[in-house]
Amino acid sequence: MPDFSIKKTTKEYDVVIVGSGAGGGMAAYMLANQGLKVCLLEAGADYDPAKNITQMKNPWDSPRRGASTKFRPFGDFDASYWGWEIEGEPYTKAEGTQWDWWRSRMVGGRTNHWGRISLRFGPKDFKRKSIDGLGDDWPIGYEDVKPFYDRIDKMIGVFGTNEGLPNDPDGFFLPPPKPRLHEVFIKNAAGKVGVPVIPSRLSILTQKINDDRGQCFYCAQCNRGCTVYGDFSSSSVLVKPAVKTGNVDMITGAMAREVLTNSEGLATGISYVNKRDLLEYEVKGRVVILAASACESSRLLLNSKSARHPNGLANNSNVVGKYLHDSTGAAMGGILPELFDRKRYNEDGVGGMHVYSPWWGDNKKLDFPRGYHIEYWGGMGQPAYGFGWGIEGLNGKYPVNGTQKEAGGYGASLKQDYRYFYGAGVGMAGRGEAIPVATNYCEIDPSVVDKYGIPVLKFNVKWSDHEVKQAKHMKETFKEIMHSMGAVITWGGNDGPENSYGLESPGKIIHEAGTVRMGNDAKSSALNKHNQAHDCKNLFVVDGGAFVSQADKNITWTILALSMRASEYLMDEMKKRNI
Amino acid sequence: MDRRKSLKAIAIGTFGTAALLDACKSEADKKVAANSSLAAGFTLDRQPEELVQYDKVISTTFFTPQELATITVLGDIIIPKDDVSGSASEAKVPAFIEFIVKDMPEHQTPMRGGLMWIDRHAFKKNGKNFKDCSKEQQIAIVDEIAYPNKAAKEVAQGVAFFSLMRNLTATGFYTSQIGVADVGYKGNQPNQWNGVPDEVMKQYGVAYTEKENKECVKYSEE
Repeated sequence: MPDFSIKKTTKEYDVVIVGSGAGGGMAAYMLANQGLKVCLLEAGADYDPAKNITQMKNPWDSPRRGASTKFRPFGDFDASYWGWEIEGEPYTKAEGTQWDWWRSRMVGGRTNHWGRISLRFGPKDFKRKSIDGLGDDWPIGYEDVKPFYDRIDKMIGVFGTNEGLPNDPDGFFLPPPKPRLHEVFIKNAAGKVGVPVIPSRLSILTQKINDDRGQCFYCAQCNRGCTVYGDFSSSSVLVKPAVKTGNVDMITGAMAREVLTNSEGLATGISYVNKRDLLEYEVKGRVVILAASACESSRLLLNSKSARHPNGLANNSNVVGKYLHDSTGAAMGGILPELFDRKRYNEDGVGGMHVYSPWWGDNKKLDFPRGYHIEYWGGMGQPAYGFGWGIEGLNGKYPVNGTQKEAGGYGASLKQDYRYFYGAGVGMAGRGEAIPVATNYCEIDPSVVDKYGIPVLKFNVKWSDHEVKQAKHMKETFKEIMHSMGAVITWGGNDGPENSYGLESPGKIIHEAGTVRMGNDAKSSALNKHNQAHDCKNLFVVDGGAFVSQADKNITWTILALSMRASEYLMDEMKKRNI
Repeated sequence: MDRRKSLKAIAIGTFGTAALLDACKSEADKKVAANSSLAAGFTLDRQPEELVQYDKVISTTFFTPQELATITVLGDIIIPKDDVSGSASEAKVPAFIEFIVKDMPEHQTPMRGGLMWIDRHAFKKNGKNFKDCSKEQQIAIVDEIAYPNKAAKEVAQGVAFFSLMRNLTATGFYTSQIGVADVGYKGNQPNQWNGVPDEVMKQYGVAYTEKENKECVKYSEE
């Protein structure tokens, strides 16, 4: 066995960034374009959607016909490598608590997985404590972030419409695609029960915006990664151009162990394990930026103990790992008898919904705080594993071409049934805002390490009554919409208090945030309002960890905006020689 | 710490980092590719770990020839050739079922036990295994277990098996080239979405609003 030794780089970088997802990709893009020398560490594999292709494949190109595996939990064609469980990289949970932790191990991180839903937070979303007394206000407001949202809209591209809504701000939108047929029905039905439905806001190019990226060609497969870069992923839109500047050395397969600090307590670089040779490496930089995901970044900080930072780095406040929260989620599905035996045409559309419902409720009249938005799906999608499953639940209930049949069956008659019911599915899901609390947290498990010897996270998270009541409201709303549409609910319609109204366990919506939160008071926050650590001025955290709360909006657009903002602040501070 | 691979230490910065790491990667990839009998057959991007797992799955055989013959007979009863498309066996559904029960081991016991159940049932009735029964005898047995709501309680296990067999057969068939064409999925083709075809909107008595017509993207027809 060779001696334990550490391989040190001779090159000193201006900035070392951990993580290449939305936050890290944006920081690398901003800094490299201004000439800074960047080392970008990514724990996963290299990935470029133009080369690593699963798009425009047929179901039979997968031996399991698109079914999921532990490597691709959202299906065999999904772009994202790994997910809920990674071999050799465990995490633990306190007894009686829940947290499902999603980890995309690849360049671009989980921006290769998400639904491209690109929502700005609204003015109220930064000041929730002032409104309902729960949680905390952000140290910044919408007016601070708006200029960055504006720039990101134009730089990355997002379709949608300006509706003049008070808490779902207007932006710089590309034109949205027209609704699909079931979306027309949803819009009409939801309108009748007082739920607004407007064009969705997705970062997909319905029109070309530059010569580096192509226009969407409507295959509905954004989750597989886009070969023409017609949608946003950090890998194609940020990391690739950042590397092209010549100012970025990207190292994949680099599993960060800790942030290195000097005797003054300043960050000096990152120690990591190279997954290919399992040797220790150190890379040095004047500034360290963490963007490894809210939980992974807090794990790194908590594992970075030193004489100057005995409680972990940037953790004098003792809040690192705390206030961990995810979006709430609940869903319902069914069939629309009106769509039985429908005419066939290509209705793939973009990868995701063409319409959605922003939160419309008035909390003064409700028994829970905050709100949720509704996402919709349905129609004639590409058949995949699971197609035709449970036909006996359909073909005995509804006459097929006018003939009432016995449920189940076989033969030519059964083949008619599959054709008859195809494309009649419809469903919806709520994504809502949870209340971040200090008692929901992750910490270092005192006795468990991963295969690199790095101490792992132990989660301790429970939903409160607020979130359960929100899920109850979602289910009531979904039922109203389904009934108004004339749809028949086939799943998710019988949830009650016994299963928290179908509320997904925390972590399942993959919007982790809050663990390294920002604030003006260094006693109750880890970062200042520029994503800079209160206790270590050359350390920044630009992922969802910095969030004080996460609104009922998917968090990617705000991660991007805050990372852009923090990058410019950092460059300004470096110019002033404050860092 | 595992030091199996005594790769020569790489001093980053001495050489081009990316080139060195790429060299390592392709070495690892080559190793996997050499071990992976069917890696070259994939048209999908696959990670090395996935290829290793795939090889593990296909290196074994689960169903006996007798079992697979029964699956083939049952599959073609469930999805026979008709005016529109071919049969389950023409769409290679038995091979799909062989693969999927190895990939999803939870299907193994229900399938193996179900096949035993149906052979036992056929033997009691006709003195033969299911696949060796006459077509009429096979259909008579299938009629007993193909309709969950009216089936006799005594054959409930057979009903459960047949439902699983129907699910796997349908999924295998409608995700094959023959099945996708049969069900009429028209997508997975580059196109410019201009909304639901006019005649379909008319059929359902709906129309896009003036707002939608004005604000949504429009592509010129080519």
